[in-house]
Amino acid sequence: MNSDPKLERIAKGNALALCATGTWTASFAPVLERMVADAEKLAGTPQSIFIDVSEVAKLDTFGAWLIERLRRSLTKGPVEAQIAGLSANYSSLVDEVRRVRATAVVDSSPITITGMLEQIGRAVAGVGGTIAGLVDMLGAVLAAWFRVLIHPRSFRLTSTVHHMEQVCWRAVPIIVLITFLIGCIIAQQGIFHFRRFGADIFVVDMLGVLVLREIGVLLVAIMVAGRSGSAYTAELGSMKMREEIDALRTMGFDPIEVLVLPRMMALVLALPILAFLGAMAALYGGGLVAWLYGGVEPEAFLLRLRDAISIDHFIVGIVKAPVMAAVIGIVACVEGLAVQGSAESLGQHTTASVVKGIFFVIVMDGVFAIFFASIGM
Amino acid sequence: MAGEAQRETSDPIIRVRDITVQFGATRVLDGLNLDVKRGEILGFVGPSGAGKSVLTRTIIGLVPKIAGSIEVFGVDLDASNTSQRRNVERRWGVLFQQGALFSSLTVRQNIQFPMREYLRVSQRLMDEITMAKLTMVGLKPEVAERFPSELSGGMIKRVALARALSLDPDLVFLDEPTSGLDPIGAGDFDDLVRTLQRTLGLTVFMVTHDLDSLYTACDRIAVLGNGKIIAAGSIADMQASQHPWLRQYFHGKRARAVMT
Repeated sequence: MNSDPKLERIAKGNALALCATGTWTASFAPVLERMVADAEKLAGTPQSIFIDVSEVAKLDTFGAWLIERLRRSLTKGPVEAQIAGLSANYSSLVDEVRRVRATAVVDSSPITITGMLEQIGRAVAGVGGTIAGLVDMLGAVLAAWFRVLIHPRSFRLTSTVHHMEQVCWRAVPIIVLITFLIGCIIAQQGIFHFRRFGADIFVVDMLGVLVLREIGVLLVAIMVAGRSGSAYTAELGSMKMREEIDALRTMGFDPIEVLVLPRMMALVLALPILAFLGAMAALYGGGLVAWLYGGVEPEAFLLRLRDAISIDHFIVGIVKAPVMAAVIGIVACVEGLAVQGSAESLGQHTTASVVKGIFFVIVMDGVFAIFFASIGM
Repeated sequence: MAGEAQRETSDPIIRVRDITVQFGATRVLDGLNLDVKRGEILGFVGPSGAGKSVLTRTIIGLVPKIAGSIEVFGVDLDASNTSQRRNVERRWGVLFQQGALFSSLTVRQNIQFPMREYLRVSQRLMDEITMAKLTMVGLKPEVAERFPSELSGGMIKRVALARALSLDPDLVFLDEPTSGLDPIGAGDFDDLVRTLQRTLGLTVFMVTHDLDSLYTACDRIAVLGNGKIIAAGSIADMQASQHPWLRQYFHGKRARAVMT
């Protein structure tokens, strides 16, 4: 049924007819556009021009618009261009496109040096906004927490338990597995390098101090930021997109109290538990490698471990966990509630949640290191 | 060629035969048959949860069926290869219930998305056609640079219709196009569908709950119940039907209000 479209120039008396034939549809649009652009050059000629469409086999919006475009550019000349031979089937379509106002589409502004500088400036200024947002959320969560202390019945226990299951119980296998492997790797590397000095047994000191003070909690916090922080942001973000948070507000509920507080509580309780389990798994893994690869008997390992570490090392590690959990939770909730209407925005904020969460966890770790060094722990 | 044209006009544009769709143990569609003729506006009604959207989604291939065949434009969708299927998909447009606009693209980019993928046309022509489509669905050109989250419910439906029409399809599926619109907006939308059907020669498959739409926009009505088509025909046939649900639907309080 489809035949190539053509636009033939036929002189009829002293008028010029542009005879359109064939299929004027979207699939032929590139050909049509070229023909129309060619024909538009006739605009200056003194002859009167009309467009004959009686032989057009098929017409759609693309074809109709191109004919209309041709008519308009020919009309700009001294003579009015007409469309002739329009069949009843297509007349309403041509009338429809005739109503279209040709508006220039604004192009998005090109990239300039000043534009890039402006973006850098905005990003730097945005850092202040981020910190203000975090402090704001911290205040809101604490206020909600005090309200709950005064009215304990308003605490959402079911929701908190549900989130505990999600962020704590379900995270145990992967956290234990990964910390176990890291413990193995630390022990193997330690033995490999210490063996040259005949100091194999000191690998136990290194493993114990490193795992309990730093690696255990830091690694677990980073994994929780990636696993649960992103989930919080995505949950709150999609609720924001679907106006669920507005719905809560109109029913007289505080979204911070209903959504954020249970999540924060769950995370603050979960992270110390996970950090403890992680540290134990890492010590176990390290001990296993020290025995199988380094030849340190389990009894010798335990004796050495008892001498090498004190309860202080454990406390230093575990005290950091709830603080890091709070940081991850606050960052995740701030980002979640900042999501705008689009899927792209949800993705950006989920990424930002994980990146900022991990960044602040490491910053907090540094602050704690300075603090514990000054109090001599 | 004349014979081919003849065949095309007499054959149904959608031919659904013995379709069965099941979710778990619940059978939603049970040996359903339906024809949609070229150039008509078919209104598709039925009680909530009867499977109207399921049938639509089955025809466009989003829901798997366990038995039956579907032919669209004379192509059996199960027997077709990828390029045949692609060709069929190019010739239909779908308006989803919630609009399903791409939220990270502007209105202009949403409408141009299918053109960019399927056609090789210049940016200038795409922009002009976008403006033409926006005018056709009754929106101002200023809307083009907005994001879907900045539009009202009625505007979203119109933009979604413009996107469904962007490749000049022969067939459009409308899933509850007037739900969530005010009565005046819904009436405008019905007129719009009618006008577009006339100008573009569309075939329209419209799932609806709106009695006004049935009276003003539809040429033919099909009623779904118990997984089958229980009646199909003109609005007069529907009113004459003795089926209990149809009697309630077309002779209830709301129906009388529409008729007067």
